[in-house]
Amino acid sequence: MNKIWVYIDQFKGTALPTSWEAVGAAKTLAGELGGGVTALVFGKGVEPLAAEAFHYGADEVLLADDPTLDDYRPEPFTALLAKLAGESAPEVVLFPTTSRGRELAAMAAIDLNTGVLPDVTALEVKDGALLATRPIYAGKLLSKVTCLTRPQLVTLRGRAFAKLPLDTSRSGTITRVSPVMAEADIPSKVEAYAAGEAGVSLSDASVIVSGGRGVSNNPSLTPPPGLDEKKAEIWKAQQGFKLIEDLAQVLHAAVGASRAAVDAGYLPYSHQVGQTGKVVSPDLYIACGISGAIQHQAGMRTSKVIVAINRDPEAPIFKLARYGVVGDLYAVIPALTEAFRKRLGK
Amino acid sequence: MKIAVCVKQVPDSAAKLTAVDGKANWGDSPLVINPWDEYAVEAALQQAETHNGSVIAVSIGSENSKEALKHALAMGCSDAILISDETLTQMDSQVTSRVLAAAIKKMGDVDMAILGRQAIDTDTGLAAAQTARLLGWPALTLVAVITSIDPGARTILVQRSAEEGRQTVGARLPAVLSIVKDFGEPRYPSFMGIRKASRAVIPVWSLTDLGLSGLKPNISWPEIFNPPQRQITTEMITGGSPQEIAESLADKIMAEKIL
Repeated sequence: MNKIWVYIDQFKGTALPTSWEAVGAAKTLAGELGGGVTALVFGKGVEPLAAEAFHYGADEVLLADDPTLDDYRPEPFTALLAKLAGESAPEVVLFPTTSRGRELAAMAAIDLNTGVLPDVTALEVKDGALLATRPIYAGKLLSKVTCLTRPQLVTLRGRAFAKLPLDTSRSGTITRVSPVMAEADIPSKVEAYAAGEAGVSLSDASVIVSGGRGVSNNPSLTPPPGLDEKKAEIWKAQQGFKLIEDLAQVLHAAVGASRAAVDAGYLPYSHQVGQTGKVVSPDLYIACGISGAIQHQAGMRTSKVIVAINRDPEAPIFKLARYGVVGDLYAVIPALTEAFRKRLGK
Repeated sequence: MKIAVCVKQVPDSAAKLTAVDGKANWGDSPLVINPWDEYAVEAALQQAETHNGSVIAVSIGSENSKEALKHALAMGCSDAILISDETLTQMDSQVTSRVLAAAIKKMGDVDMAILGRQAIDTDTGLAAAQTARLLGWPALTLVAVITSIDPGARTILVQRSAEEGRQTVGARLPAVLSIVKDFGEPRYPSFMGIRKASRAVIPVWSLTDLGLSGLKPNISWPEIFNPPQRQITTEMITGGSPQEIAESLADKIMAEKIL
């Protein structure tokens, strides 16, 4: 009996990386709870994802391939998931903590009258039930949580669980399932997509280079004439973020920013790391010109290795840093980009 | 157009949190309106201004949650309601959403309910989607732009923020929205608004008023604890030119074997 289910979050036929991490976590749970791992693949033209799910460790795939599931919409996806779970009574359903995964878990929990453990960073099995660890207050505290009802719905934070090595010799059973809502009954319609900026997403990045207010602080730069004070500051910041982007490119890193930097208009909000932005946990976090307010620290303090580059030797960020440089980021970052380019052969 | 906006009172984002006897303790840090909810209030007020509507702020909590409601009133909401009940001690997102959905129904003829994307204390981010599901209304979460509303046709067009960029979605009203920061800076309470809010009498609804009983959480949280202390020895890279500092720093990072 397959007891552990995993929802595979995909966009236009490509799975988000946390989906495979969730399959890895499911495999570990199946080892402890018994049973196998069933992956749920919903969409249109998504059959190749079923094979990929087997390669990452799934034993069975429930595949719904239908035009009404082409664009993710919460209502038809929830209705289908809740119907399948209602019939098969899985013990656990894991979701990646993505915009879609979190929403789907939330809504399916209402249909199934059960609970959701959202954005979990660690899982253990105790007395046959899940005991999950999740950060609260942006990670300033941790909480152990359990679900009193079944199925136990859990969304897993990106990079908190390891995916299994890809094994292309693995395969499994595909069971085809049909959607439960007709197009006419679906209360919303996706009209268009506008692609976001290209580049590595903050939540999935193993390396992040972030900039703060200090990025605009280069007295030797002269903005083009005709800009008011505010625009001149943003222009200066953009010159600084170009250097940060160069370093990020060499390190295959995502670009982050402090709240001060996004509020000042240096970068869009989607780059914000911190309590009211994204909480990240990369292997390497390089903070450039970020003083390190408590709200920013909450968003990055669990990074494995933190490097701080700042003019101000008293900046609180240095207390979190493994390596610190007191200096001018306009001089240090380009030199660091060059140093890594040599070492990484790019 | 009648809009409900749901707000929560939380410890300030600058608060230092510690676990004391298994509970979250924020010392003498102030309690404030959840920062994400200010964006929800802003979105509600903008739509009410455009469509000649009203905005009712609602919060669940003890008497001190009236402060969050007063902030919403000072920003410009027309009314506020506090839901307070002695039996509401253990609340998970599902209980919260059942209470909000019942309150929205009781308000009557609500065209749109708007929430922040998540509360900065529990960080669950589930309430908007769950409230929508309970009401049977479309869920439009993580909205960055409300493009248009057609009150006659009872339709709404929004841009949602997803991992891949912006998704333009049309839906039928009534609907439940959650708002993200890209929406734009929320307004500050005006002087007149603050005066009006300070004099406002905020009605309190109990669960009996909402026709609810027997609510119980599906989640239990047996333990709240401090994150493990990290022992960090900071090594400052000093001396020489920026190039020499960069070379030395790059060597040390390479030696960490994380790249």
